[in-house]
Amino acid sequence: MQTSAVVESNVGEHTHGHGNGGGHHHTETFISKYIFSTDHKTIGKQFLTLGMLWAIIGGGMSVLFRIQLGWPDETFPILERVFSSWFTDGKLNPEAYYSLVTMHGTIMVFFVLTASLSGTFANVLIPLQIGARDMASPLMNALSFWIFALASVVMFSSLFLPTGAPSAGWTIYPPLSALPQTSPGSGDGMTVWLIAMVLFVVSTLLGGLNYVSTILNLRTKGMSMFKLPLTVWALFFTAIIGILSFPVLVACVVLLIFDRGLGTSFYLSNIVIGGKALPFAGGSPILFQHLFWFLGHPEVYIVILPAMGMVSEILAIHSRKPIFGYKAMIFSLLGITVLSFIVWAHHMFLSGMNPFLGSMFTLFTLLIAIPSSIKVFNWLTTLWRGNIRMTSPSIFAIGFVSLFISGGLTGIWLGNSTVDIQLHDTYFVVAHFHIVMGVAAFFGMFAGVYHWFPRMFGRMMNETLGYIHFTITFIGAYLIFWPMHFLGMAGVPRRYYSFNEIEAFSQYADLNKLISVAVIVTFLAQFIFLINFVWSMFKGKKATQNPWNATTLEWTSPIEGVHGNWEGDLPEVHRWAYDYSRYADKEEDFIMQTTPISEEEKKNYNQH
Amino acid sequence: MAETLDIQEHKVEEHLQLPTPDNGEGGEKTVMDMSYGKTMMWYFLLSDAFTFSAFLIAYAAIRLGQPWWPNPNVVFKSFPFMHEANAPLGFVSVMTFVLILSSVAVVRAVQEGHRMNQKGVAIWMLGGIVGGLFFLGCQAWEWNNLIHEGLRPFYNPFGPDANGLTHLVHEHSIVSPGPIAFGALFFGITGFHGFHVFTGVCINVWAFFATINGTFQKRGHYEMIEKVGLYWHFVDLVWVFVFLAFYLM
Repeated sequence: MQTSAVVESNVGEHTHGHGNGGGHHHTETFISKYIFSTDHKTIGKQFLTLGMLWAIIGGGMSVLFRIQLGWPDETFPILERVFSSWFTDGKLNPEAYYSLVTMHGTIMVFFVLTASLSGTFANVLIPLQIGARDMASPLMNALSFWIFALASVVMFSSLFLPTGAPSAGWTIYPPLSALPQTSPGSGDGMTVWLIAMVLFVVSTLLGGLNYVSTILNLRTKGMSMFKLPLTVWALFFTAIIGILSFPVLVACVVLLIFDRGLGTSFYLSNIVIGGKALPFAGGSPILFQHLFWFLGHPEVYIVILPAMGMVSEILAIHSRKPIFGYKAMIFSLLGITVLSFIVWAHHMFLSGMNPFLGSMFTLFTLLIAIPSSIKVFNWLTTLWRGNIRMTSPSIFAIGFVSLFISGGLTGIWLGNSTVDIQLHDTYFVVAHFHIVMGVAAFFGMFAGVYHWFPRMFGRMMNETLGYIHFTITFIGAYLIFWPMHFLGMAGVPRRYYSFNEIEAFSQYADLNKLISVAVIVTFLAQFIFLINFVWSMFKGKKATQNPWNATTLEWTSPIEGVHGNWEGDLPEVHRWAYDYSRYADKEEDFIMQTTPISEEEKKNYNQH
Repeated sequence: MAETLDIQEHKVEEHLQLPTPDNGEGGEKTVMDMSYGKTMMWYFLLSDAFTFSAFLIAYAAIRLGQPWWPNPNVVFKSFPFMHEANAPLGFVSVMTFVLILSSVAVVRAVQEGHRMNQKGVAIWMLGGIVGGLFFLGCQAWEWNNLIHEGLRPFYNPFGPDANGLTHLVHEHSIVSPGPIAFGALFFGITGFHGFHVFTGVCINVWAFFATINGTFQKRGHYEMIEKVGLYWHFVDLVWVFVFLAFYLM
């Protein structure tokens, strides 16, 4: 309490009545400190906790439907006892299968990899790495989390509806999602889904506006844009993509709500159900797909950019080398950000869209390979001949690079509109996007959690458990998704409930069994991480002030975490974030960003 | 002339007393010297512009897919208190003019804010609020009028002069005189814009009372009026595009 009093007096005189100082707290109760907190570090932890909860639920769902795909003939009375409404005679209901697939996608893409990934690390890292006392608007930041929590509750509640959870896929294409007659999940379940997503977008917008204005406006003295660590750059572009693409989802969803509730015909036309013509005319389901994928494609970059930023940072720190091509990294992030907005229709090559339009989208899509490969080569050259420390964060970061290459290469296949004719809607697509944006983003997240755990909780995570977690997850992920490429090339369609009755695909029964076993093992291995996380929070080794010998500002702020982040004055920045192994003769192989440039350096080196 | 301008600008600088740099502790200069609040507002407007763009692109996509479209000179020809009047686009011109005037009033409020003239800010903000309310009232009347004429989100009475067009759905047929998307798009997009006007008026009312209470005077600058004004001008600008899409094309 003594330390926070110091901060209070120090910050108090600097605030100008618009709330960007950290010092306006009086007596803190448990509720104001841990629940309705406006401290960015606490909000980051809240995003992480809720995200982990969602990840268990979303991952658990994949286990349930993989059990169906792996053992379509078996019955599982035990599962029926737990999930009685989803199972009949020990078998997963087809409706429940589609609901689970839909909810798995929605939860993983939006609630885990968008909200929690950005939410956690933007909150924990932006103010600490740019030298700010808190976010530009701490209140909006807290609101962002609580609206996300509300969206979570609404979305979760859809699982308990008598008509079942939404089941039109996470892309909710109409007419399937627009007409309750088409499937039970398209009734109340879809209504709840739409409400939850509108709340979700509000939360993303509040967070994103805060991240952008904090980065642009609250940098400490000396922290010019080109001295920012790459994590901050990545989170900056992520927030901008979110600000520009999510509103289009709102427009898309609002029109769908009108079609469902008011009888309008934005997406519907010429529909006959059960011999009865519905009074919709003039709408276009392809319009929905354009609006949806205008968000949907940038969305995958919202997921992967924060992971890229963290991996860049972690690879440099743990290989004790400056990042290779700092500015190339920034401009490739910018390139990806711009290109992400003009490639959306590669999801729609077979939708009936004009093939000439398809060729333009093929071109733009393949152009993304350029900034992506710049990044990959820069990561590899950062590692090259480095003094690599094989810690949990660094092996996960290296795993990220591996997965990003494997998944990225298949993106070149799918981006070709001609190749896509064979591969569209097959397991090849499932394999591609799970590796490149699902598992890779998770690896970035794990690397980030292992790396910044001491910054968040003041203790270290257990390294041995980290290695075990990595080994099982890495091998498991490849075992799950590598065989899916072959299934896809053979034409096995995604989203099918069972392949038993399809002669051509029943020969892959054993392969499906293997994948399902790998899913179960990999899912269980995540509990090693969770145990490690919770155990380390209370019993882990106490962290030193700068456990990884990193150069960035977050390690100059007291490791136990104080309100306002720094006691006394804010740190002043004098150099970029990547001065590792600069001098062979110095004892320490890193120079903090706060260290002034010495006379000797000024003489001998061209400064960054 | 140049000298007087300089002096004026100097005065403005003195009065604004904005914390530069923005963290108030000697941090980096901000982009274009904007405060974080203004940065946020600009990014929010950019975001909102994408929402409206999505709606207007949906409008264009659906409209271009129809064989024909109702003539705005026929649909929007009524004028309040003038029964059987034939004033194509007359009423909407009045609405638009008033909305633009209210934007001018808010510009004046911002200017008075730079001069630290509390009374001037209050008066001109009030002007902006009155203009906004007038616009909302006009929109309510227009909606009401069109609903009386039979326009619905799912039905469009504005057909060609000949008999109603028939949409064939397999063997069944649905008769609607005009393309039914017209009503949905009209109510959807002008409604979404009207909602923005409504929130803008609410925010302006708040800013008006904060001005009378001297909140900004005490703060030493009227930047909040500028931020509120940005939103109001944005709503005005969007109307220009909505007007173009529904009334002029």
